[in-house]
Amino acid sequence: MASDRIVGIDLGTTNSLVAFMHGEGPVVIPGEDGSNLLPSVVALDEKNQPVVGNAARNALIETPELAVYSIKRLMGRGVEDVQEELKLFPFQLAKDLQPGEVLRIQLGHKTFTPPEISALILRQLKRNAERYFGSPVKEAVITVPAYFNDAQRQATKDAGRIAGLEVLRLVNEPTAAALAYGLDKKQNGIVAVYDLGGGTFDISILKLHDGIFEVIATNGDTHLGGDDIDNLLIAIALTDIQGDLGLDVRRNAEVVQAIRKAVIEAKIALSSQPSATLDVELPQGKRYLREITREQFEQLIQPIIDRTMGPCKQALKDAGLKPGQIDEVVLVGGSTRIPKVRAIVKDLFQREPHTGLNPDEVVALGAAIQANILGGGSQATESMLLLDVTPLSLGIEVAGGVTDKIILRNSTIPASARQFYTTQIDGQANVAIHVLQGERELAKDCRSLARFDLKGVPPMAAGMARIEVKFLIDANGILSVSAREQRSGKEAEIQVQPSYGLTDSQVESMILDSFDSAEEDFRQRQVIEARNEAETILAALGKGKKSAAWAVLTKPEKKNIEKLEKRLIDVRLENDYQRIRKAIDELNRGTMRLAELMMDSAVSTALKGKNMDEADMGEGPAIPHPVAKAEFE
Amino acid sequence: MRAVHFCESCGRVQPPAPVDYFAFFGLPKKLNIDTAALDRDFYDLSRKLHPDINARAGGQEQEWSLQQSSMLNDAHRTLKNPIRRTQYLLKLEGVELEEQSKTATEQARSTGQAKKQIVPPDLLEEVFELNVQLEEMRGLKKLGEDDPALIEEIGRQKLELEEKNDALLQELHKYWKPWDALIDRELSGQPVSEDERRQVRDNMVDVLNRHNYIRNLLRDVSEALEN
Repeated sequence: MASDRIVGIDLGTTNSLVAFMHGEGPVVIPGEDGSNLLPSVVALDEKNQPVVGNAARNALIETPELAVYSIKRLMGRGVEDVQEELKLFPFQLAKDLQPGEVLRIQLGHKTFTPPEISALILRQLKRNAERYFGSPVKEAVITVPAYFNDAQRQATKDAGRIAGLEVLRLVNEPTAAALAYGLDKKQNGIVAVYDLGGGTFDISILKLHDGIFEVIATNGDTHLGGDDIDNLLIAIALTDIQGDLGLDVRRNAEVVQAIRKAVIEAKIALSSQPSATLDVELPQGKRYLREITREQFEQLIQPIIDRTMGPCKQALKDAGLKPGQIDEVVLVGGSTRIPKVRAIVKDLFQREPHTGLNPDEVVALGAAIQANILGGGSQATESMLLLDVTPLSLGIEVAGGVTDKIILRNSTIPASARQFYTTQIDGQANVAIHVLQGERELAKDCRSLARFDLKGVPPMAAGMARIEVKFLIDANGILSVSAREQRSGKEAEIQVQPSYGLTDSQVESMILDSFDSAEEDFRQRQVIEARNEAETILAALGKGKKSAAWAVLTKPEKKNIEKLEKRLIDVRLENDYQRIRKAIDELNRGTMRLAELMMDSAVSTALKGKNMDEADMGEGPAIPHPVAKAEFE
Repeated sequence: MRAVHFCESCGRVQPPAPVDYFAFFGLPKKLNIDTAALDRDFYDLSRKLHPDINARAGGQEQEWSLQQSSMLNDAHRTLKNPIRRTQYLLKLEGVELEEQSKTATEQARSTGQAKKQIVPPDLLEEVFELNVQLEEMRGLKKLGEDDPALIEEIGRQKLELEEKNDALLQELHKYWKPWDALIDRELSGQPVSEDERRQVRDNMVDVLNRHNYIRNLLRDVSEALEN
């Protein structure tokens, strides 16, 4: 059924895409402009309405204070974590932001949380898909960097919900890419996925066998990507401009964005040309002109690319493999088009990386495949199964500020752990647990995930309570906690204080606030079409009641038809298209015999020599038979 | 013998049974296991229990599939690794290793210090010397200096400890046979005394405590060398 379509979405730092499984293989759904890539840029137009994509990208240069890009860098993060990002990106934090509050950024006069901005991007993709299918899209699979922590994943799920999508699964980006590769190649072996995107780096090592995609180890850096290369070049340009032309344009947002645009174009050009020119118009009629050779570029970005080696080596170590044991290396992300990146990957793994798949689209295609699997699968995907892992160890803070690891990194998910707690004081009713993610020994060096407050412990002497706490990391990589006091059998009530996230009620309120006008238009159109059909049927029935066939019906039959007729008359002015549809269908069923009789009489009249027009069929279409082809668009 | 994970006729996921990891795979509590067969079983069960495969099922089934597959993954992870397998079995037998013992945890809570393990007596000298060297290295690092000879020496000791641990693993394997023999006797209906069980267990506990101690020490050394 068309309305059961689940789409796969790559919500990227730089670009986002939506795809679905079309028969044997996945296909990207283009936007209205025909482009497969939707820039992950959001801006407010002159009417304060949100605009997403290429139009927003233009706004970056003209009205930078009303536009935002690379919002993925802020997802699931707190004010303290984003200080580095704030130095390098023009994010404006909300002026009235309180300490401990969820991050909000300022766009013009409005403020938005990162999930709300991401939701606007998701909604645009949702609309693109709905336009393509001609029917609503309510469910999606969304990808996240494998190295995303719990808060970052939850923020992504929240964004989906705000956009009106039920997120059936979060899939790790390298794993999605492996799916696209595996569907294409259908070979067994060990595959490494090297994913260098706009803002994040992931390396995953998978074992592919008989349709099972098993992640053995994963590692990465969620602060590393193409953006960092851009920022390096921008910094050099700014220094040049100050030194050579005596202009300090650091605070001039429009100029900085123009430099950024030029830098990105040059970076892309250098992948296929030996040199490129930066050409930017500056204030006071000045101009910045600078040539960069590929050698210079490669030298500049070496430290950034080198940073990808550490996670690669750690992942190999965790997998217990030597680089030479990898059968195939798959490249993902626009930044892997840079020849120098390909060179170091080839160097480490001692083989040419696989470049047959489009590095910009492969993640979305993989997400579409996973969407297909979740939807019940098809012939192409029937033996496929993803076994992914949690990228970071889960720990509890214990006495001494030390982390006690209860689920180790690279454990296959879903995964669980049980811990037993007791009370310190007589009658103690609460137990507090601080959960962390990370590999370090000390709690302060790990990432605080949440504080769980177990309430409602039955009053007992100190040390008597035996509280079993169960930690469960689900297939999305997100943690949930349940607790039970074993002696009394009582389920403890758990209050979660996410360290960097939105509460359920906050997300709920955002769904109501962000009302999708395009979706409303779509709904309205469905209602209008249903009403039109209702009018047609009622008119036909009106004529039918004056026909000879009507007289042949029994009294109960006539009564039933009139009851259903009245129902449709009542319902058709409501705004609920499904109720109108139902009433139409019921009336159709109820008038089937009448329609047959009218048809018979028309036929017998024709056979008597009169043509169909003269027969008592009335003008206009006959009462539509339920199994006739629906004729609305 | 084996936990029923799904209905044989309709294939729907069943609620998880409260069984131990061995029973989950339909295995007796023996320590020598065919890991290749374990893996095959794991993949077969994954294809049926994984939440992705059950995504279209009703809410209750989805919940069961989540619990079953987390149990499956935990069980597989534990039984596949020889050390974890042995530790798990001992836990089922009511034996706790030093690190995990209640006493150690309570002591840590009350003193506010990290849980400590007792140094195995035959390693006392080595451990002492190694700690001195690590301290020296840390001290030098603070001054921004380093001593290549010292680092090399520490590296050599690290290798020696790794070899020791490999040997301990071999020793552990040796104790699996008598344990499995006890289980076989039980399964055939013959009684096995608690004394006999304890004897075999104690040997394994001793080996594991030492193995874990060295493993933790190696981890500290690796971390110190990397920083």
